[in-house]
Amino acid sequence: MVLIYSDDKDTTKELIAKGRELADETGSKVTSVIIGEDDDEVANELIYHGSDEVILANTDIEQFKAEEYTQVLKKLVEKTDSEIVLIGSDKSGKEIAPRLAAKLETGCVTDCTDLYFEDGTLTAERVAYSGNAVAVKNFISEPSIVTIPSKNFDPLSKDEGREGEITREELEVIEAESKIIDVQEKESEGVNVEDAEIIVSCGRGFENQEDLDLAEDLSEALERGTIGCSRPIAADLKWLPEDHWIGLSGHEVKPELYVAIGISGQIQHIAGMRDSGTVVAINKDEDAPIFESADYGIVGDLYEVVPKLVEAINEEKG
Amino acid sequence: MNIAVCAKEVVDVSEIKIDEKTNKPILEGISKEVNDIEKSAVEEAIKIKEEYGGEITILTVGSVDNMENMKELLAMGADEAVIISPPEESDYTVVSELLAGAVEEIGDIDLVLCGEASIDLFSGQVGPRIAELLNVPQITYAENLDVEEEKIVGERDVGGNKIMTVESPYPVVVTVTKEINDPRLPSLQEILGAANKPINEWGPKEFMDHEIEPTTEMKDIRGVSMERKNIIFDEDELEDSVKNLAENIAKEGLLEG
Repeated sequence: MVLIYSDDKDTTKELIAKGRELADETGSKVTSVIIGEDDDEVANELIYHGSDEVILANTDIEQFKAEEYTQVLKKLVEKTDSEIVLIGSDKSGKEIAPRLAAKLETGCVTDCTDLYFEDGTLTAERVAYSGNAVAVKNFISEPSIVTIPSKNFDPLSKDEGREGEITREELEVIEAESKIIDVQEKESEGVNVEDAEIIVSCGRGFENQEDLDLAEDLSEALERGTIGCSRPIAADLKWLPEDHWIGLSGHEVKPELYVAIGISGQIQHIAGMRDSGTVVAINKDEDAPIFESADYGIVGDLYEVVPKLVEAINEEKG
Repeated sequence: MNIAVCAKEVVDVSEIKIDEKTNKPILEGISKEVNDIEKSAVEEAIKIKEEYGGEITILTVGSVDNMENMKELLAMGADEAVIISPPEESDYTVVSELLAGAVEEIGDIDLVLCGEASIDLFSGQVGPRIAELLNVPQITYAENLDVEEEKIVGERDVGGNKIMTVESPYPVVVTVTKEINDPRLPSLQEILGAANKPINEWGPKEFMDHEIEPTTEMKDIRGVSMERKNIIFDEDELEDSVKNLAENIAKEGLLEG
């Protein structure tokens, strides 16, 4: 059995597609878990996308924390006798999966980018060393627990003719000693850099917050542009909300065009944009590592280069 | 308040090159330093100690190439360090069992601090695994901590632009992000003063009451090289360089919506 869990429904469908492939190879089944939401329609949606069974798990707990999710999933893994557990690799999935693995005394691979059987052994690939390498890991334990980022696999197309079983489970869990006191929305502009086609990204080379308008001008000239930034701009100076932050701890992006302005190119930043199509770098320091990761570069003062580039782009467009 | 901080020495990822023949990352000869995020965990421990007293023990699994890295953490303000040698075959199961076992062996630990992940492999498994093995609550991705006598309150970025505030009694495992603080740089005097702080080396048999077997194995690690054109436009006039750049952007069809 392949057990699927993510609190994000789109990710769940993507995991089901991968789970389906693995289950078909071993003549096994795919079971998806929905926790704390008793809705047949949601369950059917997962069946239409390839799940053989959906478990609607309920407990008397209102707010879930990793400690409790882990107990629910452990019970379901044991009940379904699952050999593989796929969990969405968002922040909640990434804190649940290792805890679950420790509870089940088994192996776990987080942020898996590819998953397959090789000579009958489940093999997981993941990015290592900030994108400089891919680690290929074999599971030598069961169940094998894997977290998978969203948009890594395509969901199966919806087929309303697909049939499956919906079961309900009332589970008892021991309430954790920790308590959620508050959940607050952060300041957000609803910007989604992960889906952006063109990104104009700003770094420490900008001297004032107002100067980010220069990047905005370039972004407008490029028409499909979205503003991104490196860590200091979002995390330290807070000139832009974290939706814009590109890097290992921020967002990972792959636009057709990535323009890095005044960004030195620390490895954690590169890890977030290395899959971009064309990369342009503008920096006054000719030794800035960003130039090694760029297709085109101009060494110069961004305050002079960017306005001129805006003009040149507008001319190109005619 | 007694605190254990899990911190490891990692390769400087920015120095990694790929061996063209074997297509593997070359890790030998690369300088190692303590994982940045874990330095923030040490800094947070020191701040707590300054207010509440207690002992700070650094725990690390694996050989330490450069003992200066451990001494730096002691110079910052930790009291002692324990270097645990793992069995030959190791993975996150083994490392977490050793760390949790060491926390139990030391005894009377109120708080275990870890980085959210280490910068080399960024798996983020160790904190939640230790919490489970010790059967205590976990507060992961803490960006801010408020420590009181009876409880700890953490603000955590849970993604989706949400900040969650969680409180827990002790003992508890907390993983921190780099944003939580700026780790201090020890002064020369502090560095000299730390010379006599104990660095202990433990073998697993000395404190573990059961055998630990790895649950995953590294089958292969292959390099990913980033091929870029690396063309720098440096005409005499900036106008010309910029024009070249704009032409190339247009030529690649990037100006067509």
